[in-house]
Amino acid sequence: MRSGRAFLVASLVLLLTDASFSLRAEEPKPALAQSEVLPAAETAHIVAIGGAVTEILYALGLGERIVAVDTSSTYPPQALGTKPNVGYMRALSPEGVLAVGPSIILAQEGSGPPDAVTVLKSASVPFETVPDARTPEQVVANIRHLAALAGVKARGEELAQAVERDFATLAAFRARIASPRSAAFILSASGAAPVAGGRNTSADALFALAGVTNALSTMSGYKPAVDEALMAAEPYALIVMDNRNHGLTNEALAAMPAFAGTTAAKAGRIHRVDGAYMLGFGPRTPQAARDLMAMVYPELNLPALPAHAWTAGSRAEPDSEPPAAPAAAPAGSGQPG
Amino acid sequence: MQPAGVKEVQARGVRRGALGLAVCAVLLVLAMLASLAIGPVTIAPARVMEVLLAALQGERAAGVREAIVVLDIRLPRTLLGLLVGMALALGGALMQGIFRNPLADPGLIGVSNGAAFAAVGWIVLGHHAVDALPAGLAALAGTAGLPFAAFIGALLATVALYLIATRDGRTSVATMLFAGIAIGALSGAGTGVMVFLASDQQLRDFTFWSFGSLGGSTFAKVWAAAPFVVLLLLAALPLARALDAIALGEAEAFHVGVNVQRTKRIAIAAVAAAVGAAVAMAGVIGFIGLVVPHLVRLALGPGHRVLLPASALLGGALLLGADVVARTLVSPAELPLGVVTAMMGAPFFLGLLLRRRAALGG
Repeated sequence: MRSGRAFLVASLVLLLTDASFSLRAEEPKPALAQSEVLPAAETAHIVAIGGAVTEILYALGLGERIVAVDTSSTYPPQALGTKPNVGYMRALSPEGVLAVGPSIILAQEGSGPPDAVTVLKSASVPFETVPDARTPEQVVANIRHLAALAGVKARGEELAQAVERDFATLAAFRARIASPRSAAFILSASGAAPVAGGRNTSADALFALAGVTNALSTMSGYKPAVDEALMAAEPYALIVMDNRNHGLTNEALAAMPAFAGTTAAKAGRIHRVDGAYMLGFGPRTPQAARDLMAMVYPELNLPALPAHAWTAGSRAEPDSEPPAAPAAAPAGSGQPG
Repeated sequence: MQPAGVKEVQARGVRRGALGLAVCAVLLVLAMLASLAIGPVTIAPARVMEVLLAALQGERAAGVREAIVVLDIRLPRTLLGLLVGMALALGGALMQGIFRNPLADPGLIGVSNGAAFAAVGWIVLGHHAVDALPAGLAALAGTAGLPFAAFIGALLATVALYLIATRDGRTSVATMLFAGIAIGALSGAGTGVMVFLASDQQLRDFTFWSFGSLGGSTFAKVWAAAPFVVLLLLAALPLARALDAIALGEAEAFHVGVNVQRTKRIAIAAVAAAVGAAVAMAGVIGFIGLVVPHLVRLALGPGHRVLLPASALLGGALLLGADVVARTLVSPAELPLGVVTAMMGAPFFLGLLLRRRAALGG
């Protein structure tokens, strides 16, 4: 029981610290490790920790150089599918990580526990972290930073510019929104109070990119929301993180007290989205934001952003249930311009 | 023929008990009204009454926001809170009586531990079960799976404890206490394994579940929990005399003609079912079951004839009061209910203890 409690406390601490991520993301980046300790790109053995880090490394064409990933590295599918798994990024075991024989460890901010990171940093293997991104600038900075660390600066520049172009197109899309609509991001709805995304969350940041107002911006972090408060916030659409758990149907979701009274539920504007795609803040984020925008503003008939090698197979709504209402846009990569 | 003085003392005791019960009932009604009238959405109390009275006459302005908030969100939430509070507090009073232990609470018979293990098991592994089910059943499992799993977990833990502690038709209270610790440790370990396997999101779901919440209350949950709580009330109230006798000692109770084993069996079964249902619907809410009976005892004395119904009434009132705080204090976010019940009740309880320290210590 005691260990169970410890985990609970730890997870609560995670919840509480979530709010500070965006602040810490502004911290100046540490100077690049001395180039002499960095392995050459052709021979590097990289351990990639964190979904965005893995995505960026694959997008840089370094998939071959990755020797292990963590459990949050769900995209591209071959990452977890073909590479050894060193466990969850917040619960790393130093020995497990070192056992795969890395020449460099590239981790996302928040990797831990801190003791494990201390041990890894004191090992002779370079351990570099990149901050959690919340803005286009930070995403692009992470790409350049990781490319430099992995010794593929030129490819990093190409990727960074491509992603910058996508973000620019996205900004042009945003300019077409005449009157902004609000939406609520539901992280989980397991039957009790739905856990929703407030300010200072990755969901809030994605909403901002998609030109969508966060209906629950009066709270901070991911918190259980009072049913009637969620209803009273009158979100135009409900963006629900799809977890295969619980097999909740859209009908069951729409019948929950928090949602039943909303016009969003009545009009069938419930969208179940892939969390890693939507909240990952990696190179696919412009596409994710455009897909969200297409869900909330279907009448804009937004064209898809250009497809890239690093966005292949991405879909905003993995279940791809038939749209519940004619108003719901068939979001995803396949929408015609 | 008793001397007049004794009669007078008895009459005073009855009056005090009746008055105490009346006060508890009034508190409960006030808490229910507060729960219906107060929330993040501001609705004038007069308007709330209008909506409720209209609903009683079968009228309802469909789609009107106030009606939705009052009738679809606050009313089931209030009723569920009432049931859960009653079950926990009455369950606590029964367990303290049966175990003759002031620290007993419903968790003692394994209900919370069993429910927590089953709940986290469902949260982490339930999707495999859902995947294996045909579509119609899968949808049902999606909504009812978690409470159902928690309820079964609670019952299984209690049955296991009861079987371990019962030998030759006698249930040993001491064995039950110790076995409870062992079962608690086991389910704690199981919970730990599940937590280890859990993703961030599952962990978050379980964390919030384990602190309790009345969020997401529906009439379906109310109807599912109500029979168990009504059963507990029906089973518990006639046990008052037997519990009074057991307070003197099990042997003494036996000699005044109380069937101790039967009393234990009824109390444990009824508490397991009702508290299991409460935990299934609202998660683990601590403190109410432990403290409400003590509050009643300090105010109205230890006689179970008053203690049992008064605990039920006060438990409902306290839980509803706590829920009003939980849903308004940090609105639109919601505080975990178990946190509020502990924060509200514990200092109050300590204050009472300090004031009565001399009497208790004597």
